[in-house]
Amino acid sequence: MTSRRLVLTRSAAVIGAASTGLLLPSIVRAQSSKVRVGFMLPYTGTFAPLGVAIENGFRMAIDEQGGKLGGREIEWFKVDDESEPSKGIENASKLVQRDKVDVLVGTVHSGVQMGIQKVARDSGVLSIIPNAGVHAATRALCAPNVFRTSFTNSQPTLALGKPMMERGLKKTVWITWKYAAGDEAFEGFRDGYTKAGGTVVKELGLPFPNVEFQALLTEIAALKPDAVACFFAGGGAVKFIKDYAAAGLKDKIPLWGSGFLTEGVLDAVGPAGEGIMSTMHYSDSLDTPRNKQFRLNYAKTFRLQPDVYGVQGYDSGLLLIQGANAVKGDLGNKKALYAAMEGAVIDSPRGKWTMSRAHNPVQDIYLRRVEKGENKVIGVAAKALSDSGAGCKMA
Amino acid sequence: MDLANFLIQLLNSVQYGLLLFMLAAGLTLIFGIMGVVNLAHGSFYMLGAYLAYSLSGLFGSLTAAVLGGAALAVLFGLALEWLLFRHFYHRDHLDQVLLTFGLIYVFEELRSILWGDDVHSVAVPKALDWSIPLTDTLSYPAYRLFMSAVCLVLALGLYLLISRTRLGMKIRAGAFNRDMAGALGINIKLIHAVVFALGVGLAAVAGMIAAPVSSVYPNMGSQVLIMCFVVVVIGGIGSVRGALISALLVGLVDTFGKVLLPSVASMLVYMLMAAVLLWKPQGLFKA
Repeated sequence: MTSRRLVLTRSAAVIGAASTGLLLPSIVRAQSSKVRVGFMLPYTGTFAPLGVAIENGFRMAIDEQGGKLGGREIEWFKVDDESEPSKGIENASKLVQRDKVDVLVGTVHSGVQMGIQKVARDSGVLSIIPNAGVHAATRALCAPNVFRTSFTNSQPTLALGKPMMERGLKKTVWITWKYAAGDEAFEGFRDGYTKAGGTVVKELGLPFPNVEFQALLTEIAALKPDAVACFFAGGGAVKFIKDYAAAGLKDKIPLWGSGFLTEGVLDAVGPAGEGIMSTMHYSDSLDTPRNKQFRLNYAKTFRLQPDVYGVQGYDSGLLLIQGANAVKGDLGNKKALYAAMEGAVIDSPRGKWTMSRAHNPVQDIYLRRVEKGENKVIGVAAKALSDSGAGCKMA
Repeated sequence: MDLANFLIQLLNSVQYGLLLFMLAAGLTLIFGIMGVVNLAHGSFYMLGAYLAYSLSGLFGSLTAAVLGGAALAVLFGLALEWLLFRHFYHRDHLDQVLLTFGLIYVFEELRSILWGDDVHSVAVPKALDWSIPLTDTLSYPAYRLFMSAVCLVLALGLYLLISRTRLGMKIRAGAFNRDMAGALGINIKLIHAVVFALGVGLAAVAGMIAAPVSSVYPNMGSQVLIMCFVVVVIGGIGSVRGALISALLVGLVDTFGKVLLPSVASMLVYMLMAAVLLWKPQGLFKA
């Protein structure tokens, strides 16, 4: 009986609330209402696990602080962006126009991010990027209301040069997919490596997401460079690592890469992955109390092991909390809100980091080596590394 | 480029070219004999790859998967011909393009429902999982030699079937003049069904044997379809011999382009096509 009465009362309450909401003018609603937070993330398709991890991390950060933002309750909105660039603007507009969110959190895919960027710049709504590394977002198209908590595509590869040269790897072949993220990753590698004194012998590429590496691996074997550096991720990374080993190159020419090469694929590649060196702003095995506590809480809450995407979502939550606390929940006070977010020091599982002037993390990049199926941290490849932010003019 | 590297890249080119030929042969046969522009041909390649993925998991052997998968694909081709394609032989090319373009979407959606959107890999069979060393660093994988051998055998079989058998004679007669052949008592309907199923089977087998080297992923069919059309257009629409020569040519240009001119490699094949069409607007061989 109780449960039926409960259902009835709750339904009545929902209907009541909904009708009041419909009748009240929107200004009244805005004053009395909760902070409206919108997630625009991939919830289907290849990147779905990344979207879920980001949302998990974000909610965990908020829950750890009592589930409120600057003392206000939160109302959540969600849009599945399907990692579909052609729907980027439409989906972002749904959250901004229809749902009137105060904050838009998204997304993973760089192409979709360009759609969000346009909507964020046009509408002025606060936008937090929890993954997409596309350069333009914090370079030529940067904006006062857009903050990134992840990385730029060239940031991890920028740190490869120094540790490679320290190991005497003077001549390197670069290989990646020819698309925006691959080109941007190469820009970072080229800048860091040549500055450290290395020579890029050859730049090899194939169209995204093609994984027929045979001709290129033959070429690498023939060139006999000191090392190979690359940018691949996901299923393509699995294929590349396996083919690299199968071509007999694994023990002859050391393989280096952006950390995404070895994220989430180590089970799939097995022994072929052993010894791969990579640079990234996080590692599961980071031996700090902060990271251990985060990993424990995350695993308890979601019954899943967190990854770099969970951390980036978590940090997005931390950043928003700092901003919202500074203005006591009044997210309309943009000047003070952005100033607080710009000055924030994020105590992240990846280590403390700050915002650059272009609103991109200034962070440590770790050097990792695959040992027994794990990304072992063996040092810091670059301290407090910042993206160039080239061409960014904050209005 | 030293000699060993050159030889291996040559082998890579031939292997890629022969794989393209398997696809282009079916495409050009279906067009040449039935007059159907089949944009969904790449989907059969994708279907083959996903079948190889599922069946090799089920049977625990790629060989069994290829044999079982080929049979399934041929049956699927027969059913599709009977349900859809035969109603379109006398229709305008635009209608056929619309039908087969729509089919691409149907197949992609089915693929998404049945197998999801992840990338899958298929293991190279144990017996072929080794390489032939040529120099201290260069070697050539045995599986790729095997792939080329399979393609060559099928190409030869196709040639013998069309030029040396009674069925092949009927196919050629039907392609030359459908109505006259029908009047002479050749069962044109049956011939069409056989040719279509043959084309589907070739594409599916290509997808199956390519699965270990190319992975299995969404949209793989559309990507390969574009290359197939390039091959067919260069070779001359409807010509199987032209498809073979042009597939090998495309394999060479693509492979050596990737290695020697990586920055423009993805354009080279199209430049080749443009050059050939300027010189011979009908393609290299007229059917």
